[in-house]
Amino acid sequence: MGLRDLTAAGQIAAVLAGETSSEELLDAHLAAIAADDVDAFLAVDAEGARARAREIDAMPERPPLAGVPIGIKDALSVRDVVTTAGSRMLEGFRPLYTATCVARLEAAGAVVVGKTNMDEFAMGSSTENSAFKNTLNPWDHGRVPGGSSGGSAAAVAERQVPWTLGSDTGGSIRQPAALCGIVGMKPTYGAVSRSGLIAFASSLDQVGPFARTVEDAALLLRHMVGRDPMDSTSLDWPGEIAAPTATDLSGMRVGVVDELMGDGIEPGVRAAVDAALGTIEELGGTVVPVSLPSALSGLATYYVLAPAECSANLARFDGVRYGPVAPAANLLDQYETTRGDLFGPEVKRRMMLGTFALASGYYDQYYGRAQRVRTLMVREFAQAFEKVDLLASPTSPTVAFPLGDRTADPYAMYMADVCTIPVSLAGLPAISIPCGLADGLPVGLQLAGPAFSENALLGAAHALEGALAFDTRPPGLVT
Amino acid sequence: MSAYEPVIGVEIHVQLSTRTKMFCGCELSFGDPPNTHTCPVCLAHPGVLPVVNEEAVRRALLIGLALGCEIAPRSIFHRKNYFYPDLPKAYQISQFDIPICGRGEFRALREDGSELLVGITRAHLEEDAAKLTHAGGRRAGAAESVVDFNRGGTPLVEIVTEPDLRSPSDVALFLRQLRQTLLFLGVSDCSMEEGSMRADANVSIRPVGSHEYGTKTELKNMNSFRFLERGIEAEIARQEEIVGAGGRVSQETVHYEPDTGHITSLRSKEESHDYRYFPEPDLVPIAPDPAWVEELRAGLPELPLPLRRRMVGEMGLSAEDAEVLTEGPELVVYFLEAAALADPKACANWIRGELRAQLREAGVEPWQSKVTPAHVAALVGLLDAGTVTVPAAKEVMAEVIVSGEDPADVVESKGLGAMDEGDLAAVVAEIVAANPDQAQQLRDGKNKVIGFFVGQTMKRTGGRADPQSVQRLVREAVRGD
Amino acid sequence: MIDDETVRHVARLARLRLSPDEEQVMREELSGILEHIDAIRAMDLDGVPPTTHVITLENVVRPDVPVSGLTRDEALREAAHATDEGFGVPRMD
Repeated sequence: MGLRDLTAAGQIAAVLAGETSSEELLDAHLAAIAADDVDAFLAVDAEGARARAREIDAMPERPPLAGVPIGIKDALSVRDVVTTAGSRMLEGFRPLYTATCVARLEAAGAVVVGKTNMDEFAMGSSTENSAFKNTLNPWDHGRVPGGSSGGSAAAVAERQVPWTLGSDTGGSIRQPAALCGIVGMKPTYGAVSRSGLIAFASSLDQVGPFARTVEDAALLLRHMVGRDPMDSTSLDWPGEIAAPTATDLSGMRVGVVDELMGDGIEPGVRAAVDAALGTIEELGGTVVPVSLPSALSGLATYYVLAPAECSANLARFDGVRYGPVAPAANLLDQYETTRGDLFGPEVKRRMMLGTFALASGYYDQYYGRAQRVRTLMVREFAQAFEKVDLLASPTSPTVAFPLGDRTADPYAMYMADVCTIPVSLAGLPAISIPCGLADGLPVGLQLAGPAFSENALLGAAHALEGALAFDTRPPGLVT
Repeated sequence: MSAYEPVIGVEIHVQLSTRTKMFCGCELSFGDPPNTHTCPVCLAHPGVLPVVNEEAVRRALLIGLALGCEIAPRSIFHRKNYFYPDLPKAYQISQFDIPICGRGEFRALREDGSELLVGITRAHLEEDAAKLTHAGGRRAGAAESVVDFNRGGTPLVEIVTEPDLRSPSDVALFLRQLRQTLLFLGVSDCSMEEGSMRADANVSIRPVGSHEYGTKTELKNMNSFRFLERGIEAEIARQEEIVGAGGRVSQETVHYEPDTGHITSLRSKEESHDYRYFPEPDLVPIAPDPAWVEELRAGLPELPLPLRRRMVGEMGLSAEDAEVLTEGPELVVYFLEAAALADPKACANWIRGELRAQLREAGVEPWQSKVTPAHVAALVGLLDAGTVTVPAAKEVMAEVIVSGEDPADVVESKGLGAMDEGDLAAVVAEIVAANPDQAQQLRDGKNKVIGFFVGQTMKRTGGRADPQSVQRLVREAVRGD
Repeated sequence: MIDDETVRHVARLARLRLSPDEEQVMREELSGILEHIDAIRAMDLDGVPPTTHVITLENVVRPDVPVSGLTRDEALREAAHATDEGFGVPRMD
């Protein structure tokens, strides 16, 4: 077994046991990234990473993450490392500060090796909206890795790094994790600072981990959570993210969301999820049906709220203070040409939609109503969690789809997030774990819980992971 | 008498003189080199988030309380979206339907003693834009403009009035006294010239007796009370001319050119504004603890209007005294400290008159000088007791200004005390004896000659004589001859 | 449905230059998406308040204490049209 086959926890243990060093780990992973045939990374900071790895190797007492390498979604600001959010609008942009969550991980001993590919400004479900390149699904190079954090998911599945950070607004961590057969978690809204996360939809965005195991995801999350004075919406996480140890689910009541097990779910996905529900019962859990009547309105609600917020969040990209600028005769021309030329079609589509939803005469019909549907969603989840401890559903209604399959139909692409969006609107934590294969492609199971139930979620996911014994190695991957 | 009545409301932007900006820790500066007080937050770099300055909230509450506003139990911020290079996020974080301070009212005092009541619609918190410098100074046609973000993100409170004002002079009066109140609160420098206080006026006219409102225009950004008053006058005249000729006023933003006295339209090429306000998701509500609000209310300084009433009613000051002494908070505090120790009217006279006159040359204000309010009170006390004469007191003051010594000590060391009656009588007798012609004239009823004797005596005694005593003694001496 | 004029108006508000082709595609796609979104316009939402935040925090503030920021060189580093002192923008007419 090579170094890359070790989990992050395994790599830390190997460093602490003196069996390897941070620099050796870095070399192994840099070599894999160099040989990359899934195009997961947009930028690699080999020099910076090596300097940091050596620094950590020289420390008399290793920091908790022991110099294990990590990949960062390009939506997160890292000082002096080109950060584009997958957009030509930020081509060549070197940030002047580092995102709080990244800084915390660096302080804990993580070594940032580079920035991973993503849908432009995190808008998309296939990473095909990246302005720079497509990332391929490690399980089938003809298929998408999911999105928007597709680069982060593919890099972990391909074992180019043991873990990565992603961001999730409507499913952008969970859905690519599902499609790439790995673990991805969106924490409770407010658990992880958003400072330094290039905003898409501020009331929904959260940063979270990708890893091959639940244990690794928990370990990474432990070092990210907590109140940040730079983010007014961040919270003190009550207690500590614990290492998950559960091996059974006795006493656990798991609700299955009726509305998310219907017609839109592919039969293969449904079968794998049903099998996982069976495993939950074998582990001592009780599976009961629950209803979230507004769940299917989630997509429509989301596609009002998120575009509205993004229309304001992306208004700052005007070529004046950073980023490229189109030559123009006057100010209006500079704004319109720069933005018209440098934003991709999906970003423009959502900005148009959001601007429309906020415009005079439409606000009450669209934005105002969407905010009220959001209230219903919050209430329905609260009611459900009076009856059950966790909710289970497919993460994605389908397995990874072929490249180019949905680019022509925006709404078909939006459907990829139908199961993940309701949880996002309610601001709740959720994890996706691989639960089986359909036609040789991974299927993800989504578990969601009440606010700050991360430990319960991670525990349940850990128990299931053990029982399901899913092999995260994509076919043909040589390490 | 015009057939039309003007209806005017104003919007006042007040820059708060906090140490740091509204949503980031950059230090506020005036006059520093461009772009030396910025950070990723106020430059709107990707991924940054705003965090509210607590002191700005406190000051907004002080303003609201002083204006008698209802304090919102839970106010929220909104984004106001528009593109302009001085607005780096392309939205201004402001407040919309739930401002921190709701309805209130402000009373101003006219010179004739009548009261001007102005309804306050709201006062809300927001951030200021950056500064644009246009090549050639004018906006249109400038080949290139340069943005300086030092000012960008300065905390602002916007105060909006009801359309309660009916004349340009009332607008100026209101703004002056509002400014005084804000200075008393210590929340802002309130400098129109430096732009830390800016006013826009909404102006319309209607036939006298009508209760409908006419179409209003917005007169933008006047940088002095005088120009604002004149600008409103000019705008009223323009509207009267239009309506008088059977035309209709169109709703637009206008600008007053002080040089020519003309009103010009600022019609922008941009289509109708649609700010697409929506709640700011990066900030949480401001819900001030009621106990804190009460504490702030209890700690409000005495405000200009009630203070002026007290000065006239209880202290015997003239309306003019009161107006002058409430010019700014420092002078008021200075006066009140002196007035607590000696006759307030006499203190007012000395502070307004002799003290400021003597300090003027050095360009120093009373509270910055070595003369303490206790010194002023002591001097007034010495005068009252007849220990010094008025001319000697002026000399004492001059000495205190230089040395900061106690007036009584100055009187002692410089021998400036009023002369004893016996000594004075002897001096007077000597002068009368030495001037027999003038003494005869006085005896003959030429009363004006008394001035000659008083002058001679004052000269001889170096001002240590009380002029009234001198007069009496001269008459006695002349009669006694 | 959304018409050409609305597309142009919204594009201007968002400061996005769209080619005539893009305008037409945008009109069709937005109309299609709005048809799905219209589902929420049919929902009974009487008496349901809006949710802006899922968190219940209030009064998150910072003390009025200066924090050192960027040097001017850093501030201007990423700007395409920086002058010696500031950020250049073209004429505004």
